[in-house]
Amino acid sequence: MRRVVTLYRSSVGKKILMAVTGFMWLGFLLGHMVGNLKAFQGAPMFDEYAHHLRVLGEPILPRTGFLWAFRAVMSTAFVAHLLLAWQTSRQSRAARQSGYRKREDLNFTFASRWMRWGGVFILIFVVFHVLHMTTGQLHPDFVEGGAYHNLVTGLGSPVVAALYALAMLVVALHLHHGVWSMFQTLGANHPKYATLRRPLSTIVAIAIFLGFVSIPVAVLAGVVS
Amino acid sequence: MNLTLHVWRQDGPDRAGRFETYHAKDISEHASFLELLDLVNEDLTRSGGEPIAFEHDCREGICGSCGMMINGVPHGPRSMVATCQLHMRSFRDGDDIWIEPWRATAFPVIRDLVVDRSALDRLIQAGGFISVRTGSAPDANAIPIPKDDADQAMDGAQCIGCGACVAACPNASAMLFMSAKVGHLGLLPQGQPERYTRVLDMVARHDAEGFGTCTNHGACQEACPKGISVDFIARLNRDVLAGSWKAATVEAS
Ligand code: HEM
Ligand code: FES
Repeated sequence: MRRVVTLYRSSVGKKILMAVTGFMWLGFLLGHMVGNLKAFQGAPMFDEYAHHLRVLGEPILPRTGFLWAFRAVMSTAFVAHLLLAWQTSRQSRAARQSGYRKREDLNFTFASRWMRWGGVFILIFVVFHVLHMTTGQLHPDFVEGGAYHNLVTGLGSPVVAALYALAMLVVALHLHHGVWSMFQTLGANHPKYATLRRPLSTIVAIAIFLGFVSIPVAVLAGVVS
Repeated sequence: MNLTLHVWRQDGPDRAGRFETYHAKDISEHASFLELLDLVNEDLTRSGGEPIAFEHDCREGICGSCGMMINGVPHGPRSMVATCQLHMRSFRDGDDIWIEPWRATAFPVIRDLVVDRSALDRLIQAGGFISVRTGSAPDANAIPIPKDDADQAMDGAQCIGCGACVAACPNASAMLFMSAKVGHLGLLPQGQPERYTRVLDMVARHDAEGFGTCTNHGACQEACPKGISVDFIARLNRDVLAGSWKAATVEAS
């Protein structure tokens, strides 16, 4: 804990904590994506998987105990990432109060400029997503425990499906810069592997995008129904 | 060649600034950018105006004093040169050229294009040194240093402290400057004793001076007249990580 506080005190340390929390979410997203792809194996497999998440760790842990512990860790990481993003953004905004009349974009990538607004969009999407697929308040026909049913009916509307696709595009963009930035922030630039960092972040971004988007596309196309 | 210049004019640190337009006529394409400003200033002086204040010294890309934003790029359109090494052949007849000072809270404008870069000096004072006994010079090669390390340290040592990295950075962060020094000293045996206190002290100073937080955009590397790589930033981050670990361990014990 003391180490975390030491890091938190400096701008570079804050970025290191952002890289760690971002990495945790990247790990989650990859797992979540693989889980979602079980929808292609049909309702029984998918519902079994969703049920399994709830009873994971039983009987050593109480029912949904593991799930709640996991949610607590991931939410903490999310909030921390967001607060650090907000703090570092404020530091940077204060660091240049009057801008340039003329300015060329010298950044390595287009994606890096969208981290902050993209992040805000991701936040909104995550809140919507939980109310839609997890708790059901924003779902037209939510059935408790009917994960597959909720998925198919929830993504049946082209507008909602498009929103999911857009959100995944933003996440992919965030990760296109984020994964590269994470290596850089954690100081992982071994000369032997440093040139692989950019292609890897592109591959991760594309994989996340395609993996997630395949679901709403499949629902709309009637492949998953 | 004939050019239209839009130059930031500001009479003093607390005065409001404005862009003024000047028409530079019959400029040789072999003139350097600073010579262009000299010519404009001669005209201005002759007509009773105030010459444009800009910083310059060596005029050969070594001292780092001549930085200015030219058409939205630090040191102008050519890469790997300082403003004093930029020649008018890099422009076209009839061009409009916008000239602005570095913009950063840590670099207050003193006058026109001159900014106060002493925040960078204070960063160096915070940790950009090594403690050695003075006296007669040590024997050459008394301390063997691997060639790769020596080369990399030299790459970092090329920094001329011009501030282009800060000027280009969307966050007005001085990470490239700081990391060049941290890398230069941290790669050499002489820099090891203070390696981790150096990096933590410099980062603390960096934040206190009002620079922004690096988000790895990479604009600094593109703007650097010495081509210093963001690899140095990764190295600095690694030392902050290791240094914070050690510092916390020391505090705890
Ligand atoms: C509320 C939502 C979010 C906000 C406001 C946000 C904002 C930011 C900002 C401002 C940065 C720094 C930009 C940079 O360093 O270049 C960043 C970095 C990063 N983000 Fe996010 N983000 C959010 C959600 C996420 C999610 C869900 C993930 C995981 C998939 C993620 C992964 C990353 C990674 C890996 C980095 C790189 C950290 C680094 O530079 O070392 N972020 N985020
Ligand atoms: S005047 Fe010295 S670097 Fe340009």
